[in-house]
Amino acid sequence: MYPKDYRYTKEHEWVKVDGSNGTIGITDYAQHELGDVVFVEMPKVGTQLKPRQSFGTIESVKAVSEIFSPVSGEVTETNPALAGSPELINKDPHGAAWLIKVKLADPKEAAGLMDAAAYEAYIAAQAKEHSA
Amino acid sequence: MFRRNNEKSSVTTPATAEVRKTALNSIHRQLGAKMVNFGGWDMPLEYSGILAEHEAVRTRAGLFDVSHMGEIEIRGPGALGLVQLVTCNNAANLAVGQAHYSGLMTSRGTFVDDLLVHKISDTHYLLCVNAGNQDHDFEHIVEHNKFDAKAENAGPRYSQLAIQGPRAKDILQRLTPAPLDSIHYYHFAFGKVSGIDCLIARTGYTGEDGFEIYFAPEHSEKLWSDLTHAGQPAGMIPCGLGARNTLRLEAGMCLYGHEIDDTTTPWEAGLGWICKMEKAPFLGSDVLALQKKDGLTRKLIGFEMLDKRIGRDGYPVLINGQEAGRVTSGGPAPFLKKNIGMAYVPPKSTAVGTDVSIGIRGQSEAARIVALPFYKRPQ
Repeated sequence: MYPKDYRYTKEHEWVKVDGSNGTIGITDYAQHELGDVVFVEMPKVGTQLKPRQSFGTIESVKAVSEIFSPVSGEVTETNPALAGSPELINKDPHGAAWLIKVKLADPKEAAGLMDAAAYEAYIAAQAKEHSA
Repeated sequence: MFRRNNEKSSVTTPATAEVRKTALNSIHRQLGAKMVNFGGWDMPLEYSGILAEHEAVRTRAGLFDVSHMGEIEIRGPGALGLVQLVTCNNAANLAVGQAHYSGLMTSRGTFVDDLLVHKISDTHYLLCVNAGNQDHDFEHIVEHNKFDAKAENAGPRYSQLAIQGPRAKDILQRLTPAPLDSIHYYHFAFGKVSGIDCLIARTGYTGEDGFEIYFAPEHSEKLWSDLTHAGQPAGMIPCGLGARNTLRLEAGMCLYGHEIDDTTTPWEAGLGWICKMEKAPFLGSDVLALQKKDGLTRKLIGFEMLDKRIGRDGYPVLINGQEAGRVTSGGPAPFLKKNIGMAYVPPKSTAVGTDVSIGIRGQSEAARIVALPFYKRPQ
Protein backbone atom coordinates (compact mmCIF):
# COMPACT_ATOMS: atom_id res chain seq x y z
CA MET A 1 0.00 0.00 0.00
CA TYR A 2 2.53 2.63 1.11
CA PRO A 3 5.57 2.78 -1.24
CA LYS A 4 8.77 1.81 0.55
CA ASP A 5 10.84 4.50 -1.14
CA TYR A 6 8.60 7.40 0.00
CA ARG A 7 8.83 9.31 3.27
CA TYR A 8 5.76 10.37 5.25
CA THR A 9 4.63 13.13 7.60
CA LYS A 10 2.30 13.00 10.60
CA GLU A 11 -0.03 15.27 8.62
CA HIS A 12 -0.30 12.55 5.93
CA GLU A 13 1.80 13.97 3.10
CA TRP A 14 4.44 11.93 1.29
CA VAL A 15 7.66 12.92 -0.47
CA LYS A 16 9.64 10.88 -2.95
CA VAL A 17 13.27 11.94 -3.26
CA ASP A 18 15.08 11.50 -6.54
CA GLY A 19 18.52 13.10 -6.34
CA SER A 20 17.92 16.76 -5.65
CA ASN A 21 14.29 16.61 -6.79
CA GLY A 22 11.29 15.79 -4.64
CA THR A 23 7.73 14.83 -5.58
CA ILE A 24 5.02 15.54 -2.98
CA GLY A 25 1.50 14.19 -2.55
CA ILE A 26 -1.01 13.09 0.07
CA THR A 27 -1.40 9.57 1.37
CA ASP A 28 -4.12 7.03 0.76
CA TYR A 29 -5.14 7.42 4.41
CA ALA A 30 -5.60 11.16 3.83
CA GLN A 31 -7.70 10.77 0.70
CA HIS A 32 -9.90 8.25 2.47
CA GLU A 33 -10.41 10.61 5.40
CA LEU A 34 -11.24 13.49 3.04
CA GLY A 35 -13.73 11.61 0.90
CA ASP A 36 -14.53 12.74 -2.64
CA VAL A 37 -12.10 15.48 -3.67
CA VAL A 38 -13.65 18.21 -5.81
CA PHE A 39 -11.05 20.99 -6.03
CA VAL A 40 -7.31 21.48 -5.48
CA GLU A 41 -5.47 24.77 -5.09
CA MET A 42 -1.77 24.70 -5.90
CA PRO A 43 1.13 27.09 -5.26
CA LYS A 44 2.84 29.04 -8.04
CA VAL A 45 5.99 27.62 -9.59
CA GLY A 46 8.93 29.30 -7.86
CA THR A 47 7.30 29.36 -4.41
CA GLN A 48 9.86 28.71 -1.66
CA LEU A 49 8.67 26.12 0.84
CA LYS A 50 9.79 25.30 4.34
CA PRO A 51 8.88 22.12 6.22
CA ARG A 52 5.30 22.20 7.58
CA GLN A 53 4.48 25.31 5.56
CA SER A 54 1.03 25.30 3.97
CA PHE A 55 1.33 25.29 0.18
CA GLY A 56 -2.22 24.68 -0.99
CA THR A 57 -5.65 23.36 -0.17
CA ILE A 58 -7.67 20.30 -1.06
CA GLU A 59 -11.45 20.60 -1.00
CA SER A 60 -13.61 17.53 -0.59
CA VAL A 61 -17.40 17.62 -0.70
CA LYS A 62 -17.42 17.96 3.06
CA ALA A 63 -14.43 20.05 4.06
CA VAL A 64 -11.37 22.03 3.08
CA SER A 65 -7.91 20.97 4.25
CA GLU A 66 -4.51 22.59 4.00
CA ILE A 67 -1.55 20.71 2.56
CA PHE A 68 1.79 21.12 4.33
CA SER A 69 5.20 20.72 2.78
CA PRO A 70 7.24 17.79 4.14
CA VAL A 71 10.54 19.45 3.14
CA SER A 72 12.32 22.70 2.16
CA GLY A 73 12.65 23.59 -1.47
CA GLU A 74 11.38 25.51 -4.47
CA VAL A 75 8.28 24.50 -6.39
CA THR A 76 9.29 23.56 -9.96
CA GLU A 77 6.07 22.00 -11.23
CA THR A 78 2.43 21.45 -10.22
CA ASN A 79 0.36 18.53 -11.46
CA PRO A 80 -1.68 19.85 -14.41
CA ALA A 81 -4.05 16.85 -14.39
CA LEU A 82 -5.65 17.78 -11.05
CA ALA A 83 -7.39 20.95 -12.26
CA GLY A 84 -9.70 18.97 -14.53
CA SER A 85 -9.71 15.69 -12.60
CA PRO A 86 -9.43 16.32 -8.85
CA GLU A 87 -10.93 12.85 -8.27
CA LEU A 88 -7.54 11.41 -9.28
CA ILE A 89 -6.53 12.11 -5.69
CA ASN A 90 -9.04 9.50 -4.52
CA LYS A 91 -8.05 7.02 -7.22
CA ASP A 92 -4.25 7.17 -7.26
CA PRO A 93 -2.91 9.33 -4.42
CA HIS A 94 0.58 7.80 -4.45
CA GLY A 95 1.00 7.94 -8.23
CA ALA A 96 -0.85 9.93 -10.89
CA ALA A 97 -2.21 12.38 -8.31
CA TRP A 98 1.13 13.76 -7.12
CA LEU A 99 0.65 17.44 -6.24
CA ILE A 100 3.94 19.29 -6.76
CA LYS A 101 7.60 18.76 -7.62
CA VAL A 102 10.27 20.68 -5.76
CA LYS A 103 13.97 21.40 -6.07
CA LEU A 104 15.12 20.18 -2.65
CA ALA A 105 17.08 22.60 -0.47
CA ASP A 106 18.60 19.62 1.32
CA PRO A 107 18.19 16.16 -0.23
CA LYS A 108 19.01 14.56 3.16
CA GLU A 109 16.21 16.41 4.98
CA ALA A 110 13.52 13.85 4.11
CA ALA A 111 15.44 11.10 5.89
CA GLY A 112 14.15 12.63 9.13
CA LEU A 113 10.55 11.74 8.19
CA MET A 114 8.79 8.41 8.75
CA ASP A 115 9.44 5.51 6.42
CA ALA A 116 6.56 3.34 5.17
CA ALA A 117 6.67 0.94 8.13
CA ALA A 118 6.67 3.76 10.68
CA TYR A 119 3.84 5.53 8.87
CA GLU A 120 1.72 2.39 8.73
CA ALA A 121 2.22 1.90 12.47
CA TYR A 122 1.32 5.57 13.01
CA ILE A 123 -2.00 5.40 11.14
CA ALA A 124 -2.87 2.06 12.77
CA ALA A 125 -2.44 3.76 16.15
CA GLN A 126 -4.59 6.70 14.99
CA ALA A 127 -7.36 4.40 13.79
CA LYS A 128 -7.31 2.66 17.18
CA GLU A 129 -7.57 6.00 18.96
CA HIS A 130 -10.43 6.97 16.65
CA SER A 131 -12.53 3.91 17.39
CA ALA A 132 -11.86 4.03 21.15
CA MET B 1 -3.17 17.69 5.85
CA PHE B 2 -4.76 17.00 9.20
CA ARG B 3 -3.22 18.69 12.20
CA ARG B 4 -6.19 18.09 14.40
CA ASN B 5 -9.21 15.91 14.24
CA ASN B 6 -11.23 17.94 11.74
CA GLU B 7 -14.34 15.83 12.02
CA LYS B 8 -16.83 18.38 13.30
CA SER B 9 -20.38 17.49 14.01
CA SER B 10 -22.84 20.28 13.38
CA VAL B 11 -24.50 19.73 16.72
CA THR B 12 -22.11 19.86 19.63
CA THR B 13 -22.25 17.10 22.14
CA PRO B 14 -20.66 17.20 25.57
CA ALA B 15 -17.64 14.89 25.66
CA THR B 16 -19.14 13.07 28.62
CA ALA B 17 -22.41 12.19 26.90
CA GLU B 18 -22.68 8.62 25.73
CA VAL B 19 -22.91 8.29 21.97
CA ARG B 20 -26.23 6.81 20.91
CA LYS B 21 -26.51 4.09 18.29
CA THR B 22 -29.33 3.08 15.99
CA ALA B 23 -30.38 -0.56 15.68
CA LEU B 24 -28.42 -0.70 12.40
CA ASN B 25 -25.06 0.39 13.81
CA SER B 26 -23.33 -2.94 13.26
CA ILE B 27 -24.74 -3.19 9.71
CA HIS B 28 -23.25 0.21 8.86
CA ARG B 29 -19.89 -0.89 10.20
CA GLN B 30 -20.05 -4.19 8.29
CA LEU B 31 -20.73 -2.18 5.13
CA GLY B 32 -17.55 -0.20 5.80
CA ALA B 33 -19.33 3.11 6.35
CA LYS B 34 -17.29 6.04 7.56
CA MET B 35 -19.00 6.91 10.87
CA VAL B 36 -19.46 10.33 12.43
CA ASN B 37 -20.95 11.76 15.62
CA PHE B 38 -24.05 13.69 14.62
CA GLY B 39 -26.20 15.25 17.32
CA GLY B 40 -24.90 12.71 19.82
CA TRP B 41 -25.51 9.75 17.49
CA ASP B 42 -22.92 7.48 15.87
CA MET B 43 -24.13 7.68 12.26
CA PRO B 44 -22.90 6.69 8.79
CA LEU B 45 -21.43 9.68 6.97
CA GLU B 46 -20.83 7.81 3.72
CA TYR B 47 -20.53 4.29 2.33
CA SER B 48 -19.35 4.41 -1.32
CA GLY B 49 -18.79 8.18 -1.34
CA ILE B 50 -20.96 11.29 -1.12
CA LEU B 51 -20.87 11.97 -4.89
CA ALA B 52 -21.94 8.45 -5.85
CA GLU B 53 -24.66 8.40 -3.20
CA HIS B 54 -25.96 11.82 -4.21
CA GLU B 55 -26.17 10.75 -7.84
CA ALA B 56 -27.95 7.52 -6.93
CA VAL B 57 -30.73 9.44 -5.16
CA ARG B 58 -31.16 11.95 -8.01
CA THR B 59 -31.22 9.30 -10.76
CA ARG B 60 -32.18 5.97 -9.12
CA ALA B 61 -32.66 5.50 -5.37
CA GLY B 62 -30.90 5.60 -2.03
CA LEU B 63 -31.58 3.96 1.33
CA PHE B 64 -30.91 6.00 4.50
CA ASP B 65 -30.99 4.95 8.14
CA VAL B 66 -32.60 7.96 9.80
CA SER B 67 -33.47 6.22 13.05
CA HIS B 68 -31.68 8.96 14.96
CA MET B 69 -34.62 11.27 14.20
CA GLY B 70 -36.86 11.77 17.21
CA GLU B 71 -40.57 10.95 17.47
CA ILE B 72 -42.94 12.68 19.86
CA GLU B 73 -46.56 11.54 20.09
CA ILE B 74 -49.38 13.74 21.31
CA ARG B 75 -52.63 12.05 22.25
CA GLY B 76 -56.00 12.89 23.74
CA PRO B 77 -58.80 15.40 23.23
CA GLY B 78 -56.35 18.23 23.89
CA ALA B 79 -53.81 17.00 21.31
CA LEU B 80 -54.75 19.45 18.56
CA GLY B 81 -54.79 22.38 20.98
CA LEU B 82 -51.26 21.58 22.15
CA VAL B 83 -49.91 21.08 18.62
CA GLN B 84 -51.54 24.35 17.55
CA LEU B 85 -50.02 26.27 20.45
CA VAL B 86 -46.42 25.11 20.01
CA THR B 87 -46.14 24.95 16.19
CA CYS B 88 -46.58 27.65 13.55
CA ASN B 89 -48.28 25.75 10.71
CA ASN B 90 -52.02 25.16 10.94
CA ALA B 91 -52.56 21.56 12.06
CA ALA B 92 -56.33 22.11 11.95
CA ASN B 93 -56.02 21.96 8.18
CA LEU B 94 -54.54 18.44 8.23
CA ALA B 95 -56.71 15.51 7.22
CA VAL B 96 -56.23 12.14 8.91
CA GLY B 97 -53.32 10.53 7.02
CA GLN B 98 -51.79 13.87 6.08
CA ALA B 99 -48.51 15.43 7.24
CA HIS B 100 -46.96 18.86 7.01
CA TYR B 101 -43.69 20.66 7.64
CA SER B 102 -43.80 23.05 10.58
CA GLY B 103 -41.79 24.88 13.21
CA LEU B 104 -41.72 24.29 16.95
CA MET B 105 -41.68 27.84 18.24
CA THR B 106 -40.28 29.80 21.15
CA SER B 107 -42.31 32.65 22.63
CA ARG B 108 -39.96 34.93 20.66
CA GLY B 109 -41.21 33.52 17.35
CA THR B 110 -37.96 31.66 16.71
CA PHE B 111 -37.31 27.96 16.15
CA VAL B 112 -36.92 25.44 18.96
CA ASP B 113 -36.79 22.96 16.08
CA ASP B 114 -38.31 22.20 12.69
CA LEU B 115 -40.47 19.12 12.36
CA LEU B 116 -43.04 17.06 10.48
CA VAL B 117 -46.51 16.81 12.00
CA HIS B 118 -48.50 13.69 11.06
CA LYS B 119 -52.21 13.54 11.87
CA ILE B 120 -52.99 9.94 12.79
CA SER B 121 -56.46 10.76 14.15
CA ASP B 122 -58.35 13.73 15.60
CA THR B 123 -56.79 12.87 18.97
CA HIS B 124 -53.37 11.58 17.91
CA TYR B 125 -50.44 13.39 16.26
CA LEU B 126 -46.95 12.05 15.53
CA LEU B 127 -44.18 14.65 15.40
CA CYS B 128 -40.87 13.80 13.74
CA VAL B 129 -38.10 16.05 15.11
CA ASN B 130 -34.34 16.44 14.82
CA ALA B 131 -32.11 13.92 16.60
CA GLY B 132 -30.07 16.42 18.60
CA ASN B 133 -33.15 18.39 19.71
CA GLN B 134 -35.58 15.65 20.68
CA ASP B 135 -35.23 15.78 24.45
CA HIS B 136 -35.32 19.57 24.52
CA ASP B 137 -38.33 19.58 22.15
CA PHE B 138 -40.18 17.17 24.41
CA GLU B 139 -39.52 19.30 27.51
CA HIS B 140 -40.66 22.40 25.63
CA ILE B 141 -43.90 20.74 24.57
CA VAL B 142 -44.60 19.38 28.06
CA GLU B 143 -43.95 22.80 29.53
CA HIS B 144 -46.74 24.27 27.38
CA ASN B 145 -49.18 21.40 27.83
CA LYS B 146 -52.12 23.16 29.46
CA PHE B 147 -54.49 21.01 27.37
CA ASP B 148 -54.19 17.81 29.42
CA ALA B 149 -52.84 16.09 26.31
CA LYS B 150 -50.60 13.02 26.70
CA ALA B 151 -47.15 13.73 25.32
CA GLU B 152 -44.72 10.84 24.82
CA ASN B 153 -41.04 11.06 23.92
CA ALA B 154 -41.35 8.01 21.68
CA GLY B 155 -37.98 7.96 19.90
CA PRO B 156 -36.85 4.64 21.42
CA ARG B 157 -39.99 2.92 20.08
CA TYR B 158 -39.19 3.77 16.46
CA SER B 159 -36.63 3.10 13.80
CA GLN B 160 -36.91 5.05 10.58
CA LEU B 161 -35.66 4.35 7.07
CA ALA B 162 -35.85 6.73 4.12
CA ILE B 163 -36.11 5.35 0.60
CA GLN B 164 -35.56 8.29 -1.72
CA GLY B 165 -35.26 8.79 -5.45
CA PRO B 166 -37.22 8.38 -8.69
CA ARG B 167 -37.27 4.57 -8.30
CA ALA B 168 -38.15 4.58 -4.58
CA LYS B 169 -41.84 3.91 -5.13
CA ASP B 170 -41.28 0.88 -7.37
CA ILE B 171 -38.70 -0.58 -4.99
CA LEU B 172 -40.88 -0.18 -1.90
CA GLN B 173 -43.94 -1.46 -3.76
CA ARG B 174 -42.19 -4.82 -4.21
CA LEU B 175 -42.31 -5.32 -0.43
CA THR B 176 -45.75 -3.95 0.47
CA PRO B 177 -49.39 -4.62 -0.44
CA ALA B 178 -50.16 -0.96 0.42
CA PRO B 179 -51.09 0.86 -2.81
CA LEU B 180 -48.27 3.43 -2.85
CA ASP B 181 -49.71 5.35 -5.80
CA SER B 182 -52.63 6.32 -3.58
CA ILE B 183 -50.33 7.75 -0.88
CA HIS B 184 -49.87 11.28 -2.16
CA TYR B 185 -46.97 13.61 -1.38
CA TYR B 186 -47.01 14.53 2.33
CA HIS B 187 -49.55 11.86 3.13
CA PHE B 188 -49.09 8.54 4.93
CA ALA B 189 -50.76 5.20 5.58
CA PHE B 190 -50.30 2.24 7.89
CA GLY B 191 -49.30 -0.94 6.12
CA LYS B 192 -46.99 -3.89 6.13
CA VAL B 193 -43.55 -3.77 4.54
CA SER B 194 -41.93 -7.21 4.40
CA GLY B 195 -44.72 -8.34 6.74
CA ILE B 196 -43.76 -5.73 9.35
CA ASP B 197 -46.17 -3.05 10.58
CA CYS B 198 -45.05 0.36 9.36
CA LEU B 199 -46.20 3.91 9.07
CA ILE B 200 -45.44 4.62 5.42
CA ALA B 201 -45.10 8.35 4.70
CA ARG B 202 -44.45 9.94 1.32
CA THR B 203 -42.02 12.49 2.71
CA GLY B 204 -38.31 13.15 2.53
CA TYR B 205 -35.38 15.49 2.85
CA THR B 206 -33.68 15.08 -0.50
CA GLY B 207 -35.78 16.96 -3.04
CA GLU B 208 -36.80 13.67 -4.67
CA ASP B 209 -39.93 11.57 -4.51
CA GLY B 210 -39.65 8.95 -1.81
CA PHE B 211 -40.86 7.46 1.42
CA GLU B 212 -39.97 7.49 5.08
CA ILE B 213 -41.10 4.41 7.00
CA TYR B 214 -41.43 4.18 10.77
CA PHE B 215 -41.46 0.84 12.61
CA ALA B 216 -40.38 -0.95 15.81
CA PRO B 217 -36.56 -1.05 16.12
CA GLU B 218 -36.35 -4.85 16.46
CA HIS B 219 -37.27 -5.17 12.77
CA SER B 220 -34.53 -2.81 11.57
CA GLU B 221 -32.07 -5.38 10.25
CA LYS B 222 -34.72 -7.36 8.38
CA LEU B 223 -36.20 -4.29 6.73
CA TRP B 224 -32.76 -2.92 5.83
CA SER B 225 -31.77 -6.24 4.31
CA ASP B 226 -35.05 -6.79 2.41
CA LEU B 227 -35.05 -3.23 1.07
CA THR B 228 -31.41 -3.58 0.03
CA HIS B 229 -32.23 -6.74 -1.95
CA ALA B 230 -35.38 -5.24 -3.48
CA GLY B 231 -33.47 -2.12 -4.48
CA GLN B 232 -30.29 -3.63 -5.83
CA PRO B 233 -31.62 -4.43 -9.33
CA ALA B 234 -32.85 -0.84 -9.58
CA GLY B 235 -29.47 0.58 -8.61
CA MET B 236 -30.37 1.62 -5.08
CA ILE B 237 -27.41 2.02 -2.72
CA PRO B 238 -27.05 2.83 0.99
CA CYS B 239 -26.55 6.54 1.61
CA GLY B 240 -25.18 8.42 4.61
CA LEU B 241 -25.60 11.79 6.24
CA GLY B 242 -23.05 13.35 3.86
CA ALA B 243 -25.30 12.83 0.84
CA ARG B 244 -28.38 13.67 2.91
CA ASN B 245 -26.82 17.09 3.52
CA THR B 246 -25.75 17.78 -0.09
CA LEU B 247 -29.17 16.63 -1.33
CA ARG B 248 -31.14 18.85 1.06
CA LEU B 249 -28.86 21.83 0.34
CA GLU B 250 -29.31 21.42 -3.42
CA ALA B 251 -33.08 21.26 -2.80
CA GLY B 252 -32.84 24.50 -0.77
CA MET B 253 -34.10 22.93 2.45
CA CYS B 254 -33.23 24.36 5.85
CA LEU B 255 -31.14 22.47 8.40
CA TYR B 256 -31.57 23.21 12.08
CA GLY B 257 -28.43 24.78 13.53
CA HIS B 258 -27.56 26.23 10.11
CA GLU B 259 -30.39 28.14 8.41
CA ILE B 260 -32.70 28.07 11.41
CA ASP B 261 -32.25 28.11 15.16
CA ASP B 262 -33.66 29.87 18.22
CA THR B 263 -32.54 33.26 16.86
CA THR B 264 -34.23 33.03 13.43
CA THR B 265 -37.90 33.47 12.55
CA PRO B 266 -39.91 31.81 9.78
CA TRP B 267 -40.13 35.13 7.88
CA GLU B 268 -36.35 35.48 7.85
CA ALA B 269 -35.83 31.88 6.76
CA GLY B 270 -38.21 32.16 3.79
CA LEU B 271 -40.60 29.82 5.61
CA GLY B 272 -43.60 32.15 5.64
CA TRP B 273 -45.55 29.34 3.95
CA ILE B 274 -45.46 27.29 7.18
CA CYS B 275 -46.37 30.27 9.39
CA LYS B 276 -50.15 30.62 9.49
CA MET B 277 -51.04 33.84 11.29
CA GLU B 278 -54.79 33.23 10.87
CA LYS B 279 -54.63 30.51 13.53
CA ALA B 280 -52.98 32.79 16.14
CA PRO B 281 -52.43 32.91 19.02
CA PHE B 282 -49.57 30.41 19.09
CA LEU B 283 -46.13 30.65 20.72
CA GLY B 284 -44.40 33.72 19.33
CA SER B 285 -47.30 34.77 17.09
CA ASP B 286 -47.39 38.28 18.64
CA VAL B 287 -43.69 38.77 17.91
CA LEU B 288 -44.12 37.37 14.40
CA ALA B 289 -47.05 39.71 13.71
CA LEU B 290 -44.91 42.67 14.77
CA GLN B 291 -41.97 41.55 12.68
CA LYS B 292 -44.23 41.16 9.68
CA LYS B 293 -45.49 44.71 10.18
CA ASP B 294 -42.13 46.33 10.98
CA GLY B 295 -40.11 44.49 8.36
CA LEU B 296 -37.07 42.23 8.55
CA THR B 297 -33.42 42.99 9.15
CA ARG B 298 -32.21 39.93 7.24
CA LYS B 299 -33.45 37.30 4.87
CA LEU B 300 -32.21 33.92 3.71
CA ILE B 301 -30.92 33.80 0.14
CA GLY B 302 -29.31 31.22 -2.13
CA PHE B 303 -26.08 31.97 -3.96
CA GLU B 304 -23.82 30.27 -6.45
CA MET B 305 -20.10 30.79 -6.78
CA LEU B 306 -18.99 32.16 -10.14
CA ASP B 307 -15.55 30.58 -9.99
CA LYS B 308 -14.19 27.29 -8.66
CA ARG B 309 -13.68 28.09 -5.00
CA ILE B 310 -16.23 26.90 -2.49
CA GLY B 311 -18.05 29.14 -0.02
CA ARG B 312 -18.60 27.06 3.10
CA ASP B 313 -20.52 27.26 6.39
CA GLY B 314 -19.54 30.31 8.41
CA TYR B 315 -17.72 32.22 5.64
CA PRO B 316 -18.54 35.95 5.41
CA VAL B 317 -20.82 37.30 2.68
CA LEU B 318 -19.59 40.67 1.40
CA ILE B 319 -21.71 43.27 -0.34
CA ASN B 320 -19.83 46.31 -1.66
CA GLY B 321 -16.82 45.11 0.31
CA GLN B 322 -18.65 45.11 3.65
CA GLU B 323 -19.60 42.01 5.60
CA ALA B 324 -23.37 41.66 5.20
CA GLY B 325 -23.90 38.18 6.65
CA ARG B 326 -22.55 34.67 6.97
CA VAL B 327 -22.95 31.51 4.93
CA THR B 328 -25.29 29.16 6.80
CA SER B 329 -24.61 26.12 4.59
CA GLY B 330 -22.30 26.04 1.60
CA GLY B 331 -20.62 23.44 -0.55
CA PRO B 332 -20.65 21.59 -3.81
CA ALA B 333 -23.99 20.82 -5.47
CA PRO B 334 -22.99 17.50 -7.04
CA PHE B 335 -25.96 17.15 -9.40
CA LEU B 336 -25.97 20.78 -10.57
CA LYS B 337 -22.16 20.75 -10.75
CA LYS B 338 -21.92 24.16 -9.13
CA ASN B 339 -20.80 25.44 -5.76
CA ILE B 340 -23.78 26.80 -3.88
CA GLY B 341 -24.80 28.04 -0.49
CA MET B 342 -27.38 29.83 1.62
CA ALA B 343 -26.81 32.94 3.72
CA TYR B 344 -28.60 35.71 5.59
CA VAL B 345 -28.25 39.19 4.09
CA PRO B 346 -30.10 42.51 4.56
CA PRO B 347 -33.50 42.53 2.77
CA LYS B 348 -32.45 45.27 0.34
CA SER B 349 -29.75 42.97 -1.09
CA THR B 350 -31.78 39.84 -1.72
CA ALA B 351 -32.80 40.30 -5.37
CA VAL B 352 -31.98 37.38 -7.64
CA GLY B 353 -29.02 38.37 -9.80
CA THR B 354 -27.38 40.56 -7.14
CA ASP B 355 -23.59 40.26 -7.21
CA VAL B 356 -22.05 39.46 -3.84
CA SER B 357 -18.70 38.09 -2.70
CA ILE B 358 -17.79 35.33 -0.32
CA GLY B 359 -14.71 35.79 1.83
CA ILE B 360 -12.62 32.66 1.35
CA ARG B 361 -9.36 32.46 3.29
CA GLY B 362 -8.85 36.20 3.17
CA GLN B 363 -9.81 36.65 -0.47
CA SER B 364 -13.05 37.86 -1.87
CA GLU B 365 -14.64 35.51 -4.43
CA ALA B 366 -17.46 36.42 -6.80
CA ALA B 367 -20.89 34.90 -6.24
CA ARG B 368 -24.42 35.71 -7.37
CA ILE B 369 -27.77 35.48 -5.64
CA VAL B 370 -29.98 32.87 -7.30
CA ALA B 371 -33.53 31.67 -6.74
CA LEU B 372 -34.30 28.97 -4.17
CA PRO B 373 -34.55 26.05 -4.46
CA PHE B 374 -31.39 25.47 -6.49
CA TYR B 375 -32.78 22.14 -7.70
CA LYS B 376 -36.35 21.10 -8.39
CA ARG B 377 -37.09 17.58 -9.52
CA PRO B 378 -38.73 17.07 -12.90
CA GLN B 379 -42.46 16.51 -12.38
